Amino acid sequence: MTERRKVVIIGSGPAGLTAAIYTARAQLEPVIIEGEPSSTSDQPGGQLMLTTEVENFPGFPTGVTGPELMSQMREQALRFGANLVTAKVTKVDFSASPFAIHVGTNEPTYLADSVIVATGARSLMLGVPGEERLLGYGLSTCATCDGFFFRGHEIAVVGGGDSALEEAIFLTRFASKVHLLVRRDSLRASKIMQERALANEKIEVHWNTGVTEVIGESKVERLAIVDTQTGAEGILEVTGIFVAIGHVPNTDLFKGQLGLHDNGYIEMGVGSRTTVEGVFACGDVQDHVYRQAITSAGSGCMAAIDAERWLEGQGH
Amino acid sequence: MSEHVMNLTDATFDEQIGAATGAVVVDFWAEWCGPCKMIAPILDEIAAENAGVTIAKLNIDENLDVTRRFDVMSIPTLIVFKDGQAVKRLVGAKPKGALVQELAEFL
Repeated sequence: MTERRKVVIIGSGPAGLTAAIYTARAQLEPVIIEGEPSSTSDQPGGQLMLTTEVENFPGFPTGVTGPELMSQMREQALRFGANLVTAKVTKVDFSASPFAIHVGTNEPTYLADSVIVATGARSLMLGVPGEERLLGYGLSTCATCDGFFFRGHEIAVVGGGDSALEEAIFLTRFASKVHLLVRRDSLRASKIMQERALANEKIEVHWNTGVTEVIGESKVERLAIVDTQTGAEGILEVTGIFVAIGHVPNTDLFKGQLGLHDNGYIEMGVGSRTTVEGVFACGDVQDHVYRQAITSAGSGCMAAIDAERWLEGQGH
Repeated sequence: MSEHVMNLTDATFDEQIGAATGAVVVDFWAEWCGPCKMIAPILDEIAAENAGVTIAKLNIDENLDVTRRFDVMSIPTLIVFKDGQAVKRLVGAKPKGALVQELAEFL
């Protein structure tokens, strides 16, 4: 059965939940389609569900964990009457108003006067042989879940950004040694994270190093690596590998529906407007520059206010 | 934890798994694992809806022996036991529909 709604929010990271809090308080009775459980960042709460300490979210002077922060935002949205639906959107049609949103059904599950897109971004994988087969058997996408199993082991973290360094530092609690594999000769990460990682004696940085294969019979035994400058090949003996090499926006659902940039991110107009009037976007799905919990939350607030004013203007 | 769910420890694992009739789905989990928390209520529901299957939980922090014996390296991991033998293994959190499908042969 199709349900008519003023606002449907797709996604439940800081952007989607902030938009939920604001639209719920504005009595717009939002539905938030929050996603489904998984062990990747494609889950209710989004990328923060896989992070440990968040030290830079204002209002938490002693820090807060990612999952705790998301559970509090979710609770706050529920308190104001937001409807959270634990499911994934399978199809959207933004070609006519009201907009059709399908949740695993042929008929639209929702017809919405306005839509707020907050589907975020997901982690890139290496795409090398052995990776998929050994996922969960020494290759992990969740350091907070699986770091425990590598107590006393030598392991590798791939990547040079903030998330790679955060994982590497976190994993030194368990591992005897963390090899940080960086494709280039410098780190993308912020100064403070670089200083912490480089000062940590359990972390060894391998510059200009790429991974070509994850090797192991039934669990990770070693990595085939390559010097990205000279092409020299080598082997690194590790029993665990954590991948944190960057992100792609979750915009597959919106191809042909919304204007997208070449890199897949949503093309934005003024404020939170997309190329379709009545469809707004916020958070990492439209931001490859800042990508912070706080900027995401801020843009979720903008999308809620833009949607509310737009609905008013339409006489809804 | 619902009444349909059994709790396992290093000390009781062999006895409880050995004595069980029908399939037992053992959920290897920990307090600090977000995805484990997400699937816990789903497993409770599956247990309540399917009398033929027993859901059992093993806290990996407190029960390292069994965790190591089955080479668990990622949580949540679900291992299905039948007649005392491990017959299927699922790694990672999944939505209810996908879990029910994976476990269909035991339900």
